[in-house]
Amino acid sequence: MSDAGETLAIETDRLTKIYGSGNTEVVAMRDVSMQVHRGEVVALLGPSGSGKSTFLTAVGLINPPTSGRVLIGGKLVVEGDVPHTNLRSFRRRHLGFVFQKSNLIPFLSARENVQIAMQLNGDTPQSARRRAQELLDYLGVGDRGENLPSMLSGGQQQRVAVARALANHPSVILADEPTAALDSHRGRQVMELFAKVAHEQQAAVIVVTHDHRSLDVFDTRYEMEDGLMRLAES
Amino acid sequence: MNLALKDIRYSFGRFALTTLGVGMLLMVVMGMGGIYRGVIEDATLLIDRVDADLWIVQRDTRGPFAEVSRVPPSLVHRATAVPGVASAREFVYHTIQRERNGKPLRIAVMGLSWPTDKGEWIALTGGRALRQNHFEMIANESLGLPVGHRIELGQETYTVVGTTNNMIGSSGDGMAFVTVRDAQAIQFDVPGEAVRLERAAREARGRRFDLVAQQPMLLTNAQRPGSELPAVARPGLSAVMVSLKPDADADVVADIIGGWGDVSVYTSDGQRELLLKGTVEKIKRQIGLFRVLLTVIAAIIMALILYTMTLDKIHSIALLKLIGAPNTVILGLILQQALLLGAFGFAIAYLVGQKVFPMFPRRVLVTQPDLIQLAAIVLGISILSSVLGIWKALRISPNEALS
Ligand SMILES: Nc1ncnc2c1ncn2[C@@H]1O[C@H](COP(=O)(O)OP(=O)(O)OP(=O)(O)O)[C@@H](O)[C@H]1O
Ligand SMILES: [Mg+2]
Repeated sequence: MSDAGETLAIETDRLTKIYGSGNTEVVAMRDVSMQVHRGEVVALLGPSGSGKSTFLTAVGLINPPTSGRVLIGGKLVVEGDVPHTNLRSFRRRHLGFVFQKSNLIPFLSARENVQIAMQLNGDTPQSARRRAQELLDYLGVGDRGENLPSMLSGGQQQRVAVARALANHPSVILADEPTAALDSHRGRQVMELFAKVAHEQQAAVIVVTHDHRSLDVFDTRYEMEDGLMRLAES
Repeated sequence: MNLALKDIRYSFGRFALTTLGVGMLLMVVMGMGGIYRGVIEDATLLIDRVDADLWIVQRDTRGPFAEVSRVPPSLVHRATAVPGVASAREFVYHTIQRERNGKPLRIAVMGLSWPTDKGEWIALTGGRALRQNHFEMIANESLGLPVGHRIELGQETYTVVGTTNNMIGSSGDGMAFVTVRDAQAIQFDVPGEAVRLERAAREARGRRFDLVAQQPMLLTNAQRPGSELPAVARPGLSAVMVSLKPDADADVVADIIGGWGDVSVYTSDGQRELLLKGTVEKIKRQIGLFRVLLTVIAAIIMALILYTMTLDKIHSIALLKLIGAPNTVILGLILQQALLLGAFGFAIAYLVGQKVFPMFPRRVLVTQPDLIQLAAIVLGISILSSVLGIWKALRISPNEALS
């Protein structure tokens, strides 16, 4: 599915992350180079402590690598721990995040949690509100839009978080164990949703998961171990 | 979408309680300021109300408020004779303490110069001014003596014919107005036996003079009440108040009177200075310092509150940063909450103060300029105290949204 000359959604170049120093030094990620195309859905597997979250947060521009480069949409955004752009506004415009715990803002309603992301990106409150409601409808939680996160079930919260991740039409969606709080049926639904969005909106999706039952949803699988990443054979 | 308001609505109970606490604290700050103003107002109130241009007091004293002053009754007539003087009045003022219903009752007694002064200048809240030169009294409401009440002072019984309010002596005691004669009678209330002894002694001294042989009237006079004897009369006045003619020059008149060997002269402003610089100065500074201290404490407490409010929101702030909220959004969130806390706290302080301050034993005078000043201070505190929270918020890493 990759043509020559197509710009890659994500490209990493020898990403390395070292936590601590001296005796306590931990190499969480070692020379990770990989590429993700637009519309590609990637699963990231590996045992606990292998560096999956470290990789995801480096690509997500929230935890800079010790060395190596991150390119998103062909643009160099991070080189070592030096940002090459305003990371916060870059995240806002191009990245969507979903995490293990739903990570919604507790004092905003479900709809407002989605709406805020769009308003921060410059949408008018009216259009942001309308689109937030559409997204929630699309994800099957439209009727819970006015509820606070604490009044939603884990699965509903997760879907709201997905709606927020999709809010600004990101070119990259990063999800770290998004289905850990869900039963296998709902977990699979969320995975299928990612695949659907990736294919429909030509977004690149990386999902860290331990759930081997829904691996068939993914286009590509990577495995991490001791900070090293390799393509997994299916 | 206003994040500050949404967050407040979310944890409304806690915010309301915190605001109430801050409000109470600010009310104390406000009250301190009010007590400060009240002390100054009460201290200078009498000087302002009696409206005298010059005060003649005992030589080299700072009387009659700051210390004891005694001048002879004849001084009134001497003062009246000075060119430029429109009128001179006797001023008698002293504080007495009596038992009433088992509790001490302190009264600042002021004598009115009957018949020129019947107390018409006093703002009455009930009853009337004095109508006879004996045994009538106008009492400040704080004394708890209603119109028609009869109170025994010395050998006489006085009837309260009028009430007034906010007439407080510089030490905070409610004032009672009677005629100068009555005021003196109350002050020099001497037991009968002492009076008889004094007269007997006078007569005995008289007998030793040869003069008595030529003027037997002297002995007869010695039997009369002391106050009727010019030569031995007690110097029963505290001071003499002088009103000037409209065209008179206060300095010239003061120079003339000041030239007399037995008295000193002050202008009204001079008296006011003496009071504020003297008796009231320490309490004024004390309250002033306390007020500064309270303001600082309020600032520290508000800073801590805003800091903990920020700590409670670390996760949300990290999340906002994660989804790309610029610093202005986060700064606005904390600053707006600080300002809301300050504004609501101030409003509570004002509203509760209106109800509570009148119940204080002494006057709490919250003036418009003081309110504006405090509002500005609260605004300053709110902004300053949010700095700690903002500093913390700006250091929160988006990574923390994941922990
Ligand atoms: N902030 C940190 N400071 C020090 N070491 C860290 C830090 N974060 C992660 N590590 C270490 O880096 C290594 C990789 O951690 P990481 O969280 O990326 O693993 P993971 O694959 O996501 O594991 P899990 O499946 O349990 O989430 C681990 O050994 C971990 O202890
Ligand atoms: Mg992890």
